[in-house]
Amino acid sequence: MYKVALLLMCLLRYGDVSSQNQPKVIKWSELENIINIDNDTTYVLNFWATWCKPCIKKIPYFENLKSEFSTQKLEVILISLDFSDDLEKKVVPFLVENHIKNRVLLLDELNYDSWINKVDSGWQGSIPATFIFNNKKYIKKFYEREFDQQQLITTIKKILS
Amino acid sequence: MKNFFLLILFTMSAIITNASTPSEQALSVGDKAPDFELTNVDGKLIALNDYSNEKGVIVIFTCNQCPFSKAYEDRIIDMNKLSSKQGYPVVAINPNDKDRVPEDSFENMKIRSEERGFNFPYLYDADQSVATSYGASRTPHVFLLTSEKSGFRVAYIGAIDDNVKDTAAVTEKYVENAIKDLEAGKPIKKPNTKAIGCTIKWKS
Repeated sequence: MYKVALLLMCLLRYGDVSSQNQPKVIKWSELENIINIDNDTTYVLNFWATWCKPCIKKIPYFENLKSEFSTQKLEVILISLDFSDDLEKKVVPFLVENHIKNRVLLLDELNYDSWINKVDSGWQGSIPATFIFNNKKYIKKFYEREFDQQQLITTIKKILS
Repeated sequence: MKNFFLLILFTMSAIITNASTPSEQALSVGDKAPDFELTNVDGKLIALNDYSNEKGVIVIFTCNQCPFSKAYEDRIIDMNKLSSKQGYPVVAINPNDKDRVPEDSFENMKIRSEERGFNFPYLYDADQSVATSYGASRTPHVFLLTSEKSGFRVAYIGAIDDNVKDTAAVTEKYVENAIKDLEAGKPIKKPNTKAIGCTIKWKS
């Protein structure tokens, strides 16, 4: 009986941990690999940070894309620009509290001038910013602006059509 | 004659269209800098032309609440101590819409300036026309201007330095280096840099 209880506890605990979204801390080279990836998936990268109020207001809109485009090859990645030492203090609690299931990467590159232009030469550096691309279809669209839910869906629909 | 009116109409509509998308008409290095006249936290009006006897002006779009703006406050104070002696005083401008961000109201600017001991004017761009005419997009966003007989010209656009988080880890002080180049009579090595910042809160 004791063993069963222990097993149950382990299972419950495992379930708990797996439902938590633990973002990976990455360097520019890893993001560059994603941006240059050679496949037919349409990627939606949203650049955000927990300190950016307009960003966190819009994060749930990106959460809804999976169900909206369930039949399409679409991958949403939230790129956090928080400092890496705020990962446990700010980023993870935000993701847990808001039930964020999207993949999250924390880009730990403080020399912003070294990589902003490589994402898009038109990007001035303000966030939120969203980069949508499909390398097989030669599509690259960059938006240095906020989206509401409908605008975001319409924009992606146009790109996928 | 009819064509002439059509042309005027077309030009006007082009201007109106441009005004609604602030970042589309951003200034570039080498452009003439638009004049402005805005209210400082002490209640006095300050115009860009008031500085025509200086060698230049460091115009910084910033605000009260953006964490990246806050991270640079002490550094801007320190920079101004040196740069104002060199003939390049700092003029800070808050372009954020107070209805969207109450922390960025004029009253809160006065408090912020007082509390942090700003040694530079802190102007309120209440109708966002200056941020629009410069094409500022984020806070902080620096426009280093040089004074010429015919007015001011943009010499540098970008960030203050290359590490927002840790002053001790800064390897390049972009604005100070640009002034050094100007002082040495050399072309500015890095006339454009970029950095992450808070988006300017435009009136909706």
